Amino acid sequence: MKLHEYQSKTIFAKYGIPIPKGRVAATAEEAKHIAEELGGRVVIKSQVLVGGRGKAGGVRVAKNADEAEQFAQQILTMRIKDLPVRKVLVDEAAAIDHEIYFAITNDRAAKKPVMIASAAGGVDIEEVAATTPEKIVKVHIDPLLGLRDYQARDIAASIDLPRELWRDFGKIAAGLWQAYLDTDASLAEINPLVITKDKRLIALDGKMMIDDNALFRHSKLAEIRDIDEEVPAETEARRYGLSFIKLDGNIGCMVNGAGLAMTSMDIVKLFGGEPANFLDIGGGAGADKVAAAMRIIISDANVQAVLINIFGGITRCDEVARGILTAMDEVKPKVPMVVRLVGTNAEEGRRLLENAKMITAETLADAAQKAVAAAKG
Amino acid sequence: MSILINKNTRLLVQGITGNEGLFHTTQMVSYGTNVVAGVTPGKGGEWVLEGKIPVFDSVKLAADATGANCTVIFVPARFAPDAMFEAADAGIPLIVCITEGVPVQDMMRVRNYLDQKKVRLVGPNCPGMLTPNESKVGIIPGNIAIGGNVGVVSRSGTLTYEVLYALKQVNMGASTCVGIGGDPVNGTNFIDVLEMFEHDPGTEKVVLIGEIGGTDEDKAAEYISVKMTKPVVSFIAGSSAPPGKRMGHAGAIIEGGAGSAADKVKALEAAGVKVAKHPEEIPSLLN
Repeated sequence: MKLHEYQSKTIFAKYGIPIPKGRVAATAEEAKHIAEELGGRVVIKSQVLVGGRGKAGGVRVAKNADEAEQFAQQILTMRIKDLPVRKVLVDEAAAIDHEIYFAITNDRAAKKPVMIASAAGGVDIEEVAATTPEKIVKVHIDPLLGLRDYQARDIAASIDLPRELWRDFGKIAAGLWQAYLDTDASLAEINPLVITKDKRLIALDGKMMIDDNALFRHSKLAEIRDIDEEVPAETEARRYGLSFIKLDGNIGCMVNGAGLAMTSMDIVKLFGGEPANFLDIGGGAGADKVAAAMRIIISDANVQAVLINIFGGITRCDEVARGILTAMDEVKPKVPMVVRLVGTNAEEGRRLLENAKMITAETLADAAQKAVAAAKG
Repeated sequence: MSILINKNTRLLVQGITGNEGLFHTTQMVSYGTNVVAGVTPGKGGEWVLEGKIPVFDSVKLAADATGANCTVIFVPARFAPDAMFEAADAGIPLIVCITEGVPVQDMMRVRNYLDQKKVRLVGPNCPGMLTPNESKVGIIPGNIAIGGNVGVVSRSGTLTYEVLYALKQVNMGASTCVGIGGDPVNGTNFIDVLEMFEHDPGTEKVVLIGEIGGTDEDKAAEYISVKMTKPVVSFIAGSSAPPGKRMGHAGAIIEGGAGSAADKVKALEAAGVKVAKHPEEIPSLLN
């Protein structure tokens, strides 16, 4: 789960990391009001869950409250990478002397958290990492011991941070580590962490991602998920415990297991088709879950054929067949459906679907080819 | 011959009285796996499967009483890290965790702790292992595979079943099939299993099923080109997956943009591995 900048910075502040004064606004009037409160120059920042906001014109500095209102008005009507801007953050503007990159994330190869820092912070950090990797400092943290003070000092020294800021930097590092731990984050990123002209450290921008698998122990965080930023079908899918990602093709796919779901999409593509979605019904799905999956697939107007590929293990093919029948009864889909059932109770499943006017297939390749042909009409 | 599990495997089931635990215990026993005990805290002294399998309160008690040398974990995700710690502390040499959805930070703690012990973890979020005709530890349907000389190692669950099934259609069988799981942080990796297959006299060829994300397949390719003498055939799932919708920069900094299916296929082919275009093509590439 991705958090907005304003949500991430609110968490940072709780852990003693200095952030600029500011608040979030949904209208230009609100933005003006906040700017009046703050006084002086403010930054109007679009709150969308994608990167590249600044480069898209979604971040602007306003000289006064009237300008803040005007910029907020413009930004609130923008779309950034196809996402409409619904909120802006109005922050007091900082007098920036230097920009640092500072983050904690999971290094899956090392099986450890890693703290990353660079004196070359800001919007071009990925470019820095690709072309001058020596400017990036990485320090792995033992997950059983946690961050040690000396590690934070080492980072401060290796990014040439002025000595008088080491103590403050140590507090920020400890705060970021604790925030990462307490929220089960997979990313806690400050970019930039700025040194102001009056020699203070402030987290000007922040991004956090929370491990979805850990949300069971973070009910407050789960509540702040911004579902306006999601494709509605993806929100609906999560409600039923389905793993769903909408894509641009015309062949709807329903599969059990993530690896097999990806493979089914790959084969559709191999035979000249385009998958409309990734959908994994998971292990042991019952008829109601299957019916929900079918409704979600068919609600996509682009879908011209559906491919159902089930390899029954814990999932029972007869349960899947019942779910398909329920959904067909409800939504009466007009598009052709290709179904392949193999494994646990497959024969029973096939028998149930005998009168449902579905195209059947024996092998995965056969199923994909039939779906591609059916989508062409 | 086989790797990791065989007819001498004495299996313990953690979470044996839960729905999934009990269902799969029944399946494993009917396959012929020697299930010696179960563990459910608070239910010690009970018996399951019509009085055939004793239940204990802790892994230590169960292991002491039965000499179990392998454990399989079916407990819910929020309890799975503790179950893995408990098994490791009880000294069970082979721990197989089927549970999916274990938080990554928990898994980093588990992995770093287990690395200090002489135990092996397979999983989590995996289908377990199958040595046909000898032992089944986990949830791989027993009837989709026959015995043979092909070692199978995979990050996926149901995709592995497809491969075993495709092999069976042409009368090819597996020495052992190992599902290592698809989580970002897990126990046993591709190289561990490849090394075991390389040294197993019962394995003549190897199938490696990978998927997008991470760098494990690339490392496997390096290992294969330097150390493997047995032929390896592979399939990588996810060539059609769109690039992840990510937000921060840290992922790109750490992995440097690696992890696409195309990159992995390229690395494997450079190591002399035949890569199938789809899983049903695998049997013909093994010939």
